[in-house]
Amino acid sequence: MTSLLASSDPLFAHGVTGVVILIVLIKVLVGFGALMGAVTIMIWFERKAISDMQSRIGPQRWGPFGILQTMADGLKLIAKEDLVPAEADRFVFKLAPYLVLIPALVTFALVPIGGTLHIAGHAVQLQMANPPMGILLMLAMSGISVYGVMLAGWSSGSKYPLLSSVRASAQMISYEAALGMTIVTIILATGSLTTHSIVDVQGGGIWHWNIIRLGIVPFVVFLISITAELNRPPFDVVEAESELVGGFHTEYSSIRFGIFFLAEFMNTITMSAIIVTLFLGGPAGWIPNVAHLKWVFPIIWFLLKTTGFAFAYVWFRAALPRFRYDQLMDLGWKRLIPLSLGWMLIVAGFLIAPAWGFLMASLVLLSWILLSRAFMLGQSRETGVEAVLPTIGQRPIPGTVIRRFTDGES
Amino acid sequence: MSAVAYAVPSILIFATAAVLILVGAIGVISLKNPVHSALSLIMTLFGVAIAFVAQSADFLAAVQIIVYAGAIVVLFLFVIMFLGVDRRQHANVEPLVGQRAFAGVGVVITVAGIVALMAKAHWVTGAMSVSTNGVALATGQGNVKQLGSAVFTTYLFAFEATAALLVIAVVGAVLLARRERTLQSDEVEV
Repeated sequence: MTSLLASSDPLFAHGVTGVVILIVLIKVLVGFGALMGAVTIMIWFERKAISDMQSRIGPQRWGPFGILQTMADGLKLIAKEDLVPAEADRFVFKLAPYLVLIPALVTFALVPIGGTLHIAGHAVQLQMANPPMGILLMLAMSGISVYGVMLAGWSSGSKYPLLSSVRASAQMISYEAALGMTIVTIILATGSLTTHSIVDVQGGGIWHWNIIRLGIVPFVVFLISITAELNRPPFDVVEAESELVGGFHTEYSSIRFGIFFLAEFMNTITMSAIIVTLFLGGPAGWIPNVAHLKWVFPIIWFLLKTTGFAFAYVWFRAALPRFRYDQLMDLGWKRLIPLSLGWMLIVAGFLIAPAWGFLMASLVLLSWILLSRAFMLGQSRETGVEAVLPTIGQRPIPGTVIRRFTDGES
Repeated sequence: MSAVAYAVPSILIFATAAVLILVGAIGVISLKNPVHSALSLIMTLFGVAIAFVAQSADFLAAVQIIVYAGAIVVLFLFVIMFLGVDRRQHANVEPLVGQRAFAGVGVVITVAGIVALMAKAHWVTGAMSVSTNGVALATGQGNVKQLGSAVFTTYLFAFEATAALLVIAVVGAVLLARRERTLQSDEVEV
């Protein structure tokens, strides 16, 4: 076990002693506190920025510029009555919020927020954990967080949350493939799975950042798919207020709703940080020659970049209209997956030799053309009166058949 | 190798994994609600992932969670929710006549087979990996390399055959499921 830990984190190189445990504890506490503080500010920031973009005032009562509004809302939520619907599956209903919260916390533990410090003879990496399978753990956690949304919707025992959870599962499965493919591209170029070495490789200036080194395509694909994984606008069909009341958390109240709310913003921050780690060199940046303070500047760079992406998410929310469900599926399966798969093959080719790279590029281009031709043919086959689902006044499946499915217990 | 040679942490980890796997597996077949069964299946998969880590196959553990817990069980749940079969089913109904007896025979044969296999060797071999002749897998980076080179050299045929099988299954499923939509007679406008 110790060798497994030490293989990626130099902190455990001399065995696990009391000092090492203390350092880990401090790292976890500081990281957790920082994340919680950041979430509080993020909620306020999102409300304030959106209200500015929509020519409103937004929160203003509590504290300067309303910055304590989140605290007030949190207290209000705790004080509210905790309702469990009569039709709900009680155990799963109570479990679901934690299934959303825990992956959000674990993923943030992987993000390197600074360089390496030397404290009491130990090399301390400024990230909570650096497991050998680092970035795969992030993928696993994003897979697990689907369950929170799905089970919350299902266990509510109500129609709209159930629709929302079915949408959530389909959407997250669709975009996870493209997400995984871009991460494979990064792993190929890095030659390592740990987040620390992914950041290390990008350390040599802006031309070494993955966003430029891998071409802009993986970055764009990753940004789109991670937004879809987050269920944030413009991919928020899961909690589309105009169609589904509030989506999967319609039936939740009190602190359980608060946990969903918290986890959503925590995920936004964490994923901004993951984008920075994977594509923008994480804490990499210009370091002025100031004695004893050199370790501060990487943290500042990291915070600046992450704030940039957090703002971009707020901006998306204010500026972009929601995707229709079929457009969402089209984008995920027909565009992003072929694009990211092809780009991965091209990058792999160039990593071996330029000749292989150009060969691979031409092959991928050919298959993209063939694929889009196939999509066009499939599209034209579908058109026609019979193929389009009837709209209003007629169900795609007759009501008797649906009832046989849903009530057919006897 | 006798069990004495194991360190306490390894035994604890093994016990945790075993409890997770067994409780989850029993839950899958004994719980009445299909969604609860799927949740126990996730618990089993997590136990297997822990067992993989204990065998220093950490890459497999991560992939286990990503693929099985993160995608396949989600699809199970998707189908369960989509078809609306997520309610308690009567456990006493036998869709096939005499299936309980057949299942019992199957259990006896399986357990007897495992016992017969174990009778030949010691209960625990202590070997970290069969493919590397008992040498522990490399940690971290080496783990992926070992697995990659094994899959693409020694076991290439099995790997490609599996890939072909999956593609055939997908193409077959699409072919069976997709057909030109025509208006059914009982779908007349209301």
